[in-house]
Amino acid sequence: MKYLKDFRVVENVYINSLYSLLKLTPDDGKPLADVKPGQFVQVLVPESSATLLRRPISINYVDKANNELWLLVRRAGNATNILADKKANSLINLLYPLGNGFTCILNSNGKTLLTGGGVGIAPLLYLGKILSDNNIAFEYLIGAKSKSDLLELDLLEKLATVNISTDNGSAGEKGLITHNSCLDKNWARIYCCGPAPMMKAIAKIAHQRNIDCEVSLENMMACGLGACLCCVEKTVKGNVCVCTEGPIFNIKDLTW
Amino acid sequence: MVNISTKIGGLTLKNPVLTASGTFGYGTEYKDLVDLNSLGGIIVKGTTLNPREGNDYPRMAETPSGMLNAVGLQNKGVDYFINNIYPTISNYDTEIIVNVSGASVTDYVAVAERISELDKINAIEVNISCPNVKQGGMAFGTTIEGASEITTAIRKVYHKTLIVKLSPNVTDIVSIAKAVEDSGADSVSLINTLLGMAIDVERQKPVLSTITGGLSGPAVRPVAVRMVWQVAKVVKIPVIGLGGIASGRDAMEFILAGASAVQVGTANFIYPNITLEIINYIKEYCTRHNVKDITELIGAVNK
Repeated sequence: MKYLKDFRVVENVYINSLYSLLKLTPDDGKPLADVKPGQFVQVLVPESSATLLRRPISINYVDKANNELWLLVRRAGNATNILADKKANSLINLLYPLGNGFTCILNSNGKTLLTGGGVGIAPLLYLGKILSDNNIAFEYLIGAKSKSDLLELDLLEKLATVNISTDNGSAGEKGLITHNSCLDKNWARIYCCGPAPMMKAIAKIAHQRNIDCEVSLENMMACGLGACLCCVEKTVKGNVCVCTEGPIFNIKDLTW
Repeated sequence: MVNISTKIGGLTLKNPVLTASGTFGYGTEYKDLVDLNSLGGIIVKGTTLNPREGNDYPRMAETPSGMLNAVGLQNKGVDYFINNIYPTISNYDTEIIVNVSGASVTDYVAVAERISELDKINAIEVNISCPNVKQGGMAFGTTIEGASEITTAIRKVYHKTLIVKLSPNVTDIVSIAKAVEDSGADSVSLINTLLGMAIDVERQKPVLSTITGGLSGPAVRPVAVRMVWQVAKVVKIPVIGLGGIASGRDAMEFILAGASAVQVGTANFIYPNITLEIINYIKEYCTRHNVKDITELIGAVNK
């Protein structure tokens, strides 16, 4: 079931000049819909005359106890600037929850790696929480430009070991995450979200080592409901909508 | 009590608000968000004889107050529609209208024949105005001869309500509308998207894989209102107006310009339940203007 609903900003955590964390709660006070890790919302930004379409944003976390849904917003243009500057108590209209979500296999043999770069860590916090609640062993591998670009590190560290790669070596290993030594371990499964080149590099490694791997795509979309057919990705089944058949894809279904 | 029902050929729509083809899927995509039974009708996505994969990604670019698309009629073909979609949507209490497209006259005719066998489908909208396919589509809609040929051929095999969707990418849309009327169409709908282009200046490349695409959204509305006004003054068949409708006020512009019904397109992407707001606005508008029947307002700008 999908909902069109006004949410109230409980808190806007200003992380740095590029990122804000919006903690939202349904304005009608009703409990949040069931959300799967990897699903997303479509946010209305009526304040910006330069913005016609809603903006798809990954669900970062669901705080059931406080009935909060978290969105990690990266400033990328007019619309995301407006969102990143939202004041507490203001309203935001969401269409949610959208997309398929990660498969979240909860009986896995072997270890699972959750890897992301930049704002790509967003869905991995909630995914980690679900895996952790189900006693699934996993680690994180996080990439960023520098130490100050590592997002929600304290929250991730509460859930699992966090392996880090930074471009300048200011935290963790220096270099791309695809070169991080933790990748040498024997992973059974990888969940990945980040820039396309990063995901393609991880997918290549997963293919080579026969590791089950899911990636989160972010093709440009209009409706988020599978109606406009704008966000298609070429798959082994032909062109499919990222918004409904994704955004999470197993790499064996992609033509990468 | 205000009467907002309206007639298009053999159809009596419970209200004048339809969803535009390609912007509302088969309706089911929106069922959590919109009571489909409250709509005047649903025009389902463009259906062709054979399955089509559509164009390569990227197919969409947001532009000021609008968007460009180049989907290229991706659909699973008429047989898939009949076997897999029709059974799930035919019981809704609203008019389901199939948008028909093709690469050749024989393709269009074949699809129209197959659709005419479906009991619950009382109308088709023939798309002679898609700017995003290499063959067919807009090629038929930009000349009087092409538009007449397609309409005449389909009229021979299709005996229910025949709507023809016109392209704005022409010098004189009125002459095309006249030709379509003279060839037997029951109604014309206008406008389809305006041909446009966007360039990624950093990459120095077109944004769309197809280079050009169709512009929709509020940016095109004044062009659409003007064309509806021009066409409605000349043809005797009902005109269905569309192009950038995003509110009840916008819908009334088209009705006052001469549209007997309207279609809502791009706005469905942003406000999934906008159609319901528009229907309510039209009722409220009629009451406020002391009008008992919406038909009194069709083309009222000319009075």
